[in-house]
Amino acid sequence: MTAALHLAYWQTTTIKVLVVMGVIPLGALVLAYVFLLKMMSHMQSRLGPMEAGPHGVLQLLADAGKFLQKEDVFPERADRAVFALAPVVVLMSAFLLYVVIPAGPRLTVSNLDTGVFFALAVSSLSVLGVLMAGWSSANKYSLIGALRAAGQLIAYELPLVLGVVGVVIQAGTMSLQGIVQAQAHGALLGFKTLGEPYILPQALGFVLFIVGAQAELTQTPFDMPLAETELVAGYMVEYTGFRFLFFFMAEFGTAFAFAAIGATLFLGGWYVPGVHGTAADVLGPFVLGAKIMLVSFFIFWFRFTYPRFREDQLQAVAWKYLIPLALVNILVTGLLKVVV
Amino acid sequence: MAVVTEFQKAAYVAGQAADARVNVEIEAEGMTLNIGPQHPATHGTLRIVVRLDGEQVVWAEPVCGYMHRGYEKLTEVRTYPQVTTLVNRIDWLGSFANEVPFILAAEKLMDVEAPPRAQWIRTALFELGRLANITLFLGDMGVQLGALTPVFYAFRDREHVLNLIEAATGGRFHPNYDRIGGLKEDLPKGWVTEVKSAMSRIRTFCDEMEDLLVGNEIFETRTRGIGLVPAAVGLEYGLSGANIRASGVDWDIRRDEDSPLAWKHCDWKVWTHPDGDCFARYWVRLQEVREATKIVEQLLDGLPSGPIQAKVPRIIKVPAGEAWVHTDNPLGEMGYYVVSKGGLGPFRTKIRTPSFSNISILPWLLRGVYVPDVITILASLYFILGDIDR
Amino acid sequence: MAADAAAGEEAAAGGTPEAESPAAQATATTEAPAPVDERRQPWLEALQAELGEALVGHEIAGGDVWVRVDSRAWRRAVVACRDRLGCDYFCFLSGLDWKADVDLAAEKVWDPEAQPSAPAAGANGGYRTGVAGGDTRFQVFARLFSTSAKVGITLKADLDEEDPRVESIVSLYRGAEWHEREAWEMLGFTFDGHPGLRHIYLPGEFEGHPLRKDFPLLSRDVKPWPGLVDVEAMPGEPEGGGDAEGADAEGAGAEGGEG
Repeated sequence: MTAALHLAYWQTTTIKVLVVMGVIPLGALVLAYVFLLKMMSHMQSRLGPMEAGPHGVLQLLADAGKFLQKEDVFPERADRAVFALAPVVVLMSAFLLYVVIPAGPRLTVSNLDTGVFFALAVSSLSVLGVLMAGWSSANKYSLIGALRAAGQLIAYELPLVLGVVGVVIQAGTMSLQGIVQAQAHGALLGFKTLGEPYILPQALGFVLFIVGAQAELTQTPFDMPLAETELVAGYMVEYTGFRFLFFFMAEFGTAFAFAAIGATLFLGGWYVPGVHGTAADVLGPFVLGAKIMLVSFFIFWFRFTYPRFREDQLQAVAWKYLIPLALVNILVTGLLKVVV
Repeated sequence: MAVVTEFQKAAYVAGQAADARVNVEIEAEGMTLNIGPQHPATHGTLRIVVRLDGEQVVWAEPVCGYMHRGYEKLTEVRTYPQVTTLVNRIDWLGSFANEVPFILAAEKLMDVEAPPRAQWIRTALFELGRLANITLFLGDMGVQLGALTPVFYAFRDREHVLNLIEAATGGRFHPNYDRIGGLKEDLPKGWVTEVKSAMSRIRTFCDEMEDLLVGNEIFETRTRGIGLVPAAVGLEYGLSGANIRASGVDWDIRRDEDSPLAWKHCDWKVWTHPDGDCFARYWVRLQEVREATKIVEQLLDGLPSGPIQAKVPRIIKVPAGEAWVHTDNPLGEMGYYVVSKGGLGPFRTKIRTPSFSNISILPWLLRGVYVPDVITILASLYFILGDIDR
Repeated sequence: MAADAAAGEEAAAGGTPEAESPAAQATATTEAPAPVDERRQPWLEALQAELGEALVGHEIAGGDVWVRVDSRAWRRAVVACRDRLGCDYFCFLSGLDWKADVDLAAEKVWDPEAQPSAPAAGANGGYRTGVAGGDTRFQVFARLFSTSAKVGITLKADLDEEDPRVESIVSLYRGAEWHEREAWEMLGFTFDGHPGLRHIYLPGEFEGHPLRKDFPLLSRDVKPWPGLVDVEAMPGEPEGGGDAEGADAEGAGAEGGEG
């Protein structure tokens, strides 16, 4: 956004901050409405909310209004400062994730050279918030949930990162913008016009990424940290009102951001074949949005269909299957990169 | 250092007393976790005190009684026809099945037998009660394991069964339709056709559950080999119904006992499973639902005509004596030991409910399992709180 | 509370002329040459051989078998059932209190003003007890079942009124633990050797044993027996002025409750 308009630094910064501040809650709202309220309802042969607005579109706003009005309750023995801070930390991780995702050739908040690295690093920040929430709530269910979350996020960070390494090797860059460009200019079996979405050569990487993301998002089948039927809601048990709203927004905001990363790394991001320059900047956000919805659809489809693993089974899946697979993927990708 | 207030002292004493009541010894090692009385997995108000080492259960103790309604005492001050209203509320998902053994016990003491048509309708409604009960289990098991969708399918298809029960009896949950010597009234017109279509829906639902859960790898890893109940141990604890059939005991009171009800006229199969784990219990119940739909269809195909009420005095006095009648209810063996002294109401009724015995195995079964498996085991043993606490 | 118990006795005193004494009936059936139940008769004979003198009463009727044993032989009887008869399934254990109830069959209207008289003489000790007889107020009874033979048996034992005490069978059937706790709490029976007799349904500080006949049902103190009030003649079906009597019963019951 710098070249054409010649805005001052503070102006661009303000715009960027506002965009990020807007995109994440908006994305969370859209995902929560489309998938949680509507897709899940229809999959379960019910209608979901229908009263607030046409087809219940305003339901989430009504819910947010309700949450904001609620009393801000602290458990008696809670560590108040940590308890209050935890949802903010979790939500912050969602915001930070979005900083590096490009929505067009020039539409990026910050085009870091190590964009992939940054995104995966800040995504683990939420673990800190979860642990803080679980510990400070002074509740056994919360504590178990938080410890499970910590164990799980550490275990699944690895397949997630290793799954993405294949893409990085193939693209030869860690910048997300660079990866989009590489896909745009790549050739699939010598067929150049459509570019090369990495989901095809890196299918295994994509699977690993989706599984890892599912675990990072603590969604079924990896939702043991929440596990309504065992831990009631895990680390969120004691939260209510706007602090709970923060967690809720973070949950869907992070899902949105991960879907965006997935779309960027594997589906070609904002790129549409044959559209370049300013047109790509205009079209890009919509294309990216559509791809995000596609990836989210899979993430939520799994969530509504599968039962959940047990904690030890989850660890076994990560360490015994996903990580070796990821290493094989890296090895093969590296070999092909050198040979081809 | 703040002085301990009177309130804190009182709270401490109350806490100690509560702990002493369930013999919870506080130790430095491990963590005591209260699952319930308000916990989604206990679908009701059961409380399970577990001591954890990490996520592993070292020791578990169910605490019941949060819903004790004293039905055994209450039956002593009710007349026989009034008792069905009470016992309806024992296992509230398959209520009609609760009425039947009590009425049969009273009939046995009075030496009255309901006409064949009444017996066939009773049996059909008994099996509909089973469907209303176990279809919910089939979906609920998914929810306990984290799969949200199956339970909604269960509610959707169970609705048809409840509608049928309502059409015939006037009550969705508490029919109160059984009378000594017969039934309240005959079936409504068109009911049989409706039942046929509902039964095929239920069978489709069973197929869906088979696809969605039984065929799911995660479901299998979560249930296979979890909560193993060897047949001998299960019998010693008094496990009955599908719970014990899942341990390989081929025992179904409907088939093995000479009952006036109409099961003997139907062609159906008692399914058992050799494993005795949570998966087996789910699988056996799934087959049981399929068999139940078959039984209902066959009963309605061969429904005899005739009266639905035998001749009984208007004011029912039951001759002195003792009778034990049990049936294979959705949850297991349910029986009434009715002692009569020749009065209008029972002198004493011992209500043997299946869930009470079924969950008495929990302290033995839960030792050494992980917290998520506690939930799986609870779900697979399938209890109804009203059936535990009576 | 006291009024309630007294009312119970006096109503029992009213007696049921048409209902014969169950104990007498029981003795009659055991002596009468009834058709032999091929599946249950061998069980009874095996138990008779095993327990000898300790088996004090028995009955086979209506496809069921009852055996009453001496309370000192309670555990021995259960062992015999388990090991000799192959009863692998523990069905339930509970107790009976034979103290006379307010007899609902005596009259359509329970009249609290009626003069109490001496308790109706039963077979033994003033208690009219049921199938397989009985000598005392309390009986513990349990039902065992053989899943291979598909035959069940009801065991009974008389217990002392002052100190109802019997040996625990938890070590034989683990499922008996909760049932014994329930019988302890509801009827006040003591089971020697039980790993921990404590409340199962009722709160820890609860006093009394609700299933004993002398335990008042509080709601019955303020309202009359619903069984009596509701058994009225149908409208348009006059039957000895049933309606008027019903109304009387309501009033009388309420008064009785206050006293």
